[in-house]
Order: sequence, then C-alpha cells, then structure tokens
Amino acid sequence: METAAGVEACLPIRSDMDLVWVRQHVRQAAALLGFGLVDQTKLVTAASELARNTLVHGGGGRMEAAHVVRGRVNGLRLVFADDGPGIPDLDRALTDGYTSGDGLGMGLGGARRLVHEFAIDSAPGAGTTVTVTSWSVRPPLPREEA
Amino acid sequence: MTRDFPPPVTGHVPVLRLGDVLLVTLQGDLHDSTAEQLQQDIGEAITRNRAAGVVIDVSGVEIVDSFLGRVLAEIAAKARLLAAETVVAGMRPAVAITMVELGLFLPGLRTALSTEDAIRLVGGGDAHPAARPGGTRQGSP
Amino acid sequence: MPEYGAAGQGGTAAREVGGFLLRRREQIAQRWADETLFRTVFTVSREEAVEAGRTVVEALAQVAGADLSADPEAPGFLVVREQLSQIGSARTRTGLTPSQVSHDVDALRPPTVDLLVADLPDAAPEAVREATNVLTVLMGTLRLVVMETALSEGQALIDRQRLQLLEMTTPVIQLWDGIVAVPLIGTLDSARSQIVMETLLESVVEQRARFAILDITGVPTVDSLVAQHLMKTVAAARLMGAECVVSGIRPAIAQTIVHLGLDLGTVVTRATLADALGYALRKLGTDIVSEASHGAGER
Repeated sequence: METAAGVEACLPIRSDMDLVWVRQHVRQAAALLGFGLVDQTKLVTAASELARNTLVHGGGGRMEAAHVVRGRVNGLRLVFADDGPGIPDLDRALTDGYTSGDGLGMGLGGARRLVHEFAIDSAPGAGTTVTVTSWSVRPPLPREEA
Repeated sequence: MTRDFPPPVTGHVPVLRLGDVLLVTLQGDLHDSTAEQLQQDIGEAITRNRAAGVVIDVSGVEIVDSFLGRVLAEIAAKARLLAAETVVAGMRPAVAITMVELGLFLPGLRTALSTEDAIRLVGGGDAHPAARPGGTRQGSP
Repeated sequence: MPEYGAAGQGGTAAREVGGFLLRRREQIAQRWADETLFRTVFTVSREEAVEAGRTVVEALAQVAGADLSADPEAPGFLVVREQLSQIGSARTRTGLTPSQVSHDVDALRPPTVDLLVADLPDAAPEAVREATNVLTVLMGTLRLVVMETALSEGQALIDRQRLQLLEMTTPVIQLWDGIVAVPLIGTLDSARSQIVMETLLESVVEQRARFAILDITGVPTVDSLVAQHLMKTVAAARLMGAECVVSGIRPAIAQTIVHLGLDLGTVVTRATLADALGYALRKLGTDIVSEASHGAGER
C-alpha cells in the first residue's frame, strides 16, 4: 500500500513546536488512511494530549506512527515514549481530574476515550510508553468493476 | 510556562476592536506559547478599551485539546473579573464532538453559532460588521 | 482434518499433482472459466475469468508442491483469497446462498480430476488413485477457502451497506428558520447514535440553526449508552452555540431513564415534537398562536 510512505514516522517531542508537528503528522496520516473527519479530529486531539504528557511529565521523548491493518480496515498506531520519571500510580493517572501538571486533568483518561485501543506501560524511574490505535471504521469503498 | 525562545512571527493573534467588543479570530494549529500570549493580550485589551465583550471566533480551529480548552476557560474567567463577557463562536462539529468525548464541557463559557450572533449576544449591536452571509465560517469540510 | 492426514504422507503424489497443475494450468483455467463459479464472479469477460483461473491454479500448484493440500492457511491460498475477493459482492448481487457457493466450487473438481487422469496414462492405478486423492483434498480445502472469502467479503459489504442505510435513515428536517429536527425511528445503537450526532450537528452549521430537536417518539427503548449519546449530542450542540431539545420521551423510556439513574438534568426535554418546536419558536421570539377565527388552530 502506497500510503505507508506518508504514515510511518518517528517524531521528536522536545518543545511545544514539536507538538504542532505531531498534530500535523497525525492529521495527515489519518487522512491518508481514510479516517473520517470526526475520527481524524479525535485521534489528533488524543495525540496532542499524549504528546503534551510526554513533553511535560516525561521531560520529552518521541512519537512513532505506524500503519496497521486488520482485515480490510486501516489503522493508525501511535507510540509515545519518554525516559522520564514514570507514573507511580497508573490507575489514579487514568482517572479524570487527576493531574500533576498543567491542564484540566484530562490528559490520559480523556485521550483513552478518543481512541479505539489504549495501552500504557510505565514504572517509577523507567519512563512511560503509551500506545494507542484507532481504525478508520468506515472501510474503503468496494472496488467495483468499471 | 515560559519558553526561552521568542514566539515565532506567526505566533501572534491580533485582537480587533469593534465598538466595545473585542474580536479574536483563531486560525489553524495554535502554539501553546501563542495561546498563552493571547490570554495576556486579551486581558490588557479589555482594560485598555473598557470592552464589554470578547468574541473568540474558533471556526478556523481544527482541534481544541485540554490545553487550549483551559486557555479559553481562563480567558473567560479573567474577562469576567474585568466585567467583560466572553463568547466562543463558530466551533466546528468535529471539534465539539471531540471535546465532549474528552470531557471538556467548558460550562462557564457562552457560545454562539457565528461571530455575528456572538457580537449581538454581548450587546455590541451598534458594532455590527458588514453583513457576511454564512458568518465567518469557511464552509465546513 | 484427521481423515486427510494420510494424504500428507504421499509427498510424491502431492508433488505429482503440483506438477500436473502447473503443466495443465491453461487447460484447467479454460474449463473453469465456463463453470458457474467463475461465470458468476467474473462478469466482465471470459478472458478475465481465464486469467483469474490461471492464477488460482498456479497458487494451488504451489500449495500441492509444498504438500500443504489440507491446510487452508497455506501461503498459496492468500492469492486465491485475493483473486476471488469479488465473490462476496457477486454473492450479494446474485443472492447466492452459502450452499450454492459450496456446490459451485465443488463443480470445479470433476473436470480437473478428468484432466489429471488423462494426464497420467502410463501411471500405475495405485499412483493415479493417490494423486486423485491429493487433488480431492486440495479441492476440498479450496472450497473451504472460497467459502470463507465469500462469507467475510459478504460481511464487509453488509457492513458498508448498513452504514449507508444508517446515513439515509437519519433525515434532518428544517422545521423553521433556525430550527432543525431529526425524527428518530427504530432502535438506536451506538453506531447509529454516532451518525445521528454528526448529521444533526452538521446541519446545525449548514442551516445556521440555533435549535436542534431530537425526536425519539419512534424509538422503542433507550439504554444507558444511548442516553449518554443523547447527552453528548446536547453538550456538543451547546459548544457550537446551538440548543438541543429532546422530545418524545415516552413514559416507558422515562421510566428506564429513572431506573438507570441517569441525570438528564441539563437536557431540555419536551413531551412532543410540537411542544419542542413551540419552545424553540418562543425562544427565537416567534410564536404560533391559534386564531380560531382564521381556522388555523388545527394542524
């Protein structure tokens, strides 16, 4: 599939300028994979939340984007990784209203609601990795014989 | 949260004055620092112009995450302390759906379909901008 | 498939069959092109059917050569799935039942076996029997693969059509300047609620509607997920500067909502669509008064 070229990427998350790149890349990749406008917006917003977490709480890190396929449905997988202090209490961090920094405390819990699959791996002192996947639920149009 | 580098040239959002209403048009992808700068600018503009209302046109905004949501809420709270009312106008459906899913309801914020409606709402009746059918929305995609 | 296990031991017979398929692929493809299966799936031209048949035979040859005749997951079958992926839409178009598909695939076997027997005139009867066995197993697996493809492709098509239907069954009506409504009829599930929300909010923008009415008179039941969607729609409309009114909550549904402990406190509700329209009109500063003298009281 030729879309892979515009989808696969590894972007650094070091400054708030990088957040803009992350959002733009995710928007573009999701559009390439056939995501509808609402699904694009949800995924970009989730990416923005997670990238900001990586920046603010993880002290910076990176985002990797990959094209995944299930059956005939395209998906976009985003991995946000940092080598920061890690999250001591994951359950609490996923609760709405919990915050250790700026924002309205929506970061992790909110982002989880915006994606189809969400996984987090973190331990104190060992950094944090958040993996999210969303599917372009609307499958491509049938390839009708012309 | 100040960054060491100066905001880029494009990182400044103009605050326009229409009678006693301030009009701010947000476009595209906003930098965190730009949003914070704007928060400061609006506060100063309200005091300087003794504005009664602030209209923030978000029809050109593609996403509102919790950071931008917080900035909007804080602008409104600050404006209220300065006796001005804030209205957010022209939010796109996809953005609104996403914000609700994210849990951002912005309860303290007034909203309007278009900047015209918003200006009427904050009592800037005399400062009606030239009739622009369809508001300032750039046609939702 | 334990009864086919023995076939795996006939590695030579399997290679024999693989070789036969490769040698005779053109003839087999020609024969298959005239069989019902290929005629239903490839409607454009016979050449197209022959071409596809050739590719399928080559793939089968590879499967047989690798002695994987009984394994539907054999790599060679990937090609078969691709080649016959149109079978799903063909099935929906012609209303083929699964058993017909099964029968049509099975019909490919006899001509192939005939060609195989003809191809081995000098072989010992034992060898011929073994080769025929391998071919039968192979064709059985092909049947399984085609069935799978047909069913999953058909499912994908059904999903797409369901989505299109959902979009069509969510008509947004402009009731008045600045007032739109969606009369919902039938069961609301999560997918449909999502589409309702998007369609309604899009029309709020298009019609510059300050009021959006969700009429659920025709909705038999509301579960907590649907109620949540309704509330999300109301909240999203508010963020856009519109007010969303829910009308037509029947007593049974009101009961459910109370039972589920859902708080619709922030949602404006009205008993009927007419009441909701009246509410919106009043808020817009317009009002409909019935003037008996003009006979406009009845609608």
